[in-house]
Amino acid sequence: MAKRIDIKDLNLFYGSFHAVDGVTLAVPPRNVTAFIGPSGCGKSTVLRSLNRMHEVIPGARAEGQVLLDGEDIYSAAVDPVSVRRTIGMVFQRPNPFPTMSIRDNVVAGLRLAGVRDRKRLDEVAERALRGANLWAEVKDRLGKPGGGLSGGQQQRLCIARAIAVQPDVLLMDEPCSALDPISTLAIEDLIGELKKDYTIVIVTHNMQQAARVSDQTAFFNLAGVGQPGKLIEVDDTEKIFSNPSTKATEDYISGRFG
Amino acid sequence: MTTATTDLDRPATPPAFQEISPGRKFRNRLATVLVTGAFLVAMVPLVWVIWTVLAKGLHRVLNADWWQKSFGGLTSRNPGGGVYHAIYGTLLQGLLCAVIAVPIAIMVAVYLVEYGRRSRLAKAVTFTVDILSGVPSIVAALFLYALWVTTLGLPRSAFAVSLALVLLMIPVVVRTTEELLKIVPDELREASYALGIPKWKTIVKIVLPTAMSGIITGVMLALARVMGETAPVLVLVGYNQFINYDPFQGNMASLPLLMNSERLTTNAIGEARVWGAAVTLVLIITVFNLLGSLLSRLTAIKTK
Ligand SMILES: Nc1ncnc2c1ncn2[C@@H]1O[C@H](COP(=O)(O)OP(=O)(O)OP(=O)(O)O)[C@@H](O)[C@H]1O
Ligand SMILES: [Mg+2]
Repeated sequence: MAKRIDIKDLNLFYGSFHAVDGVTLAVPPRNVTAFIGPSGCGKSTVLRSLNRMHEVIPGARAEGQVLLDGEDIYSAAVDPVSVRRTIGMVFQRPNPFPTMSIRDNVVAGLRLAGVRDRKRLDEVAERALRGANLWAEVKDRLGKPGGGLSGGQQQRLCIARAIAVQPDVLLMDEPCSALDPISTLAIEDLIGELKKDYTIVIVTHNMQQAARVSDQTAFFNLAGVGQPGKLIEVDDTEKIFSNPSTKATEDYISGRFG
Repeated sequence: MTTATTDLDRPATPPAFQEISPGRKFRNRLATVLVTGAFLVAMVPLVWVIWTVLAKGLHRVLNADWWQKSFGGLTSRNPGGGVYHAIYGTLLQGLLCAVIAVPIAIMVAVYLVEYGRRSRLAKAVTFTVDILSGVPSIVAALFLYALWVTTLGLPRSAFAVSLALVLLMIPVVVRTTEELLKIVPDELREASYALGIPKWKTIVKIVLPTAMSGIITGVMLALARVMGETAPVLVLVGYNQFINYDPFQGNMASLPLLMNSERLTTNAIGEARVWGAAVTLVLIITVFNLLGSLLSRLTAIKTK
């Protein structure tokens, strides 16, 4: 079931480098939130901190709270593995598992969690692939390696893999940046579909994309090189793109910098 | 049709591209000759060795007895017999070594790449592995003799040989596995973590299978290498003309050991035995190499 996320005063570090400063942000359920901002302002860093992928990088750490339906995912008692099972992620570059077939890629999360029932796995694979708009293209070659698909198909495969474990939240870091306009459109449509069941946070450099797919937009910026990135403003997408409340946001979305 | 060139046919500007200068042509030819020459020089001893071994030994191995019998009960004046006892010894010692060394080496490499990264212990382990890979086989053999026979008071045996081979095999397999694990992209690990798969399972089910094909090649090459090692069998076990199946007790032949003992039989029969064993060893090692590349092709990552 889709859940809400409340980020409270989140500070993120890489070693001694303070990458993101004091983010406070609410992501409602069944809603698409877009992160926009210039390169290096910490969008990916914030996104990765939402399912505790940030701390996978040696030396990286997080301070503050991220509440998933009121429960702090950073509290000491919480197992990061269970957080990631609840909050799925799609990366910028498609990264299917090269040793696995298309079907096995999709059900990798379940299989590696110990589900053995073939029939159930086949059902899940079909449902996830249909959900990711890929079923028609691959249904005749489910046993073929995932690495043999086109870039756009691979990205949808990765989305299928992420939704196959039925997370509550889906994080997407520039999922279309390596794709052609047709595949991009396919994935945008898909995000519109997925919104019915999932809470989605998406990082994008493409203003039109943010305007098209998101309900809420968060603009991040940084004061200068070596300075931490900050959340400048967050509001309904329509408002951000028509009547932002800060000058920096207006400059950015109208292409005057960044 | 006119063949005379007019002003109009001539290009308005001089050509932008030049011919290859004579100097460059010469240097190109010189380099080609040098590279080809180096290749030939390197090939000569190789072909020569293989030719000699085959010419002197092939006739001896081309009968069934050679592969099925030992020299048990035969003196240096009796032709016939075979090297089954030594093939068994070579394979058994090599496989026992692999069974012990490969899991240890892979776990060490996994520790170094997946857990240890830049820690003090990891640096110490890397350093030790480096040193170990430079240890000559005679030193490994003597070390094991000191440990196994002198300190523990156990008899010389094929198993002691396997343990010495373990010392030689571990660094090789650690090195190859480490390099292979390093080239598995971090994105795959992250993709797996992001599905809520724990780290150990990510390593076992995603990272190692991705590197498996290369690891198998590395293991097979290392195995082929240690099966030809001579110092450990000279120091740690005695030659035996009879078949001995027990790695823990008694002397056991192996192909290098057999060659070394039969070398002392100074007649045509002994000579044929030595060269026949040489052919056999080369064949076994070739088979292992081929098996390695076959296995690695079977486990290789496919995209179609
Ligand atoms: N693994 C890392 N180690 C150290 N510093 C990092 C690491 N990843 C990112 N950073 C730093 O953190 C800051 C924020 O990076 P981040 O990747 O979050 O930016 P971004 O907004 O996603 O940029 P882009 O739009 O280019 O993807 C940058 O200054 C970057 O150099
Ligand atoms: Mg980024």
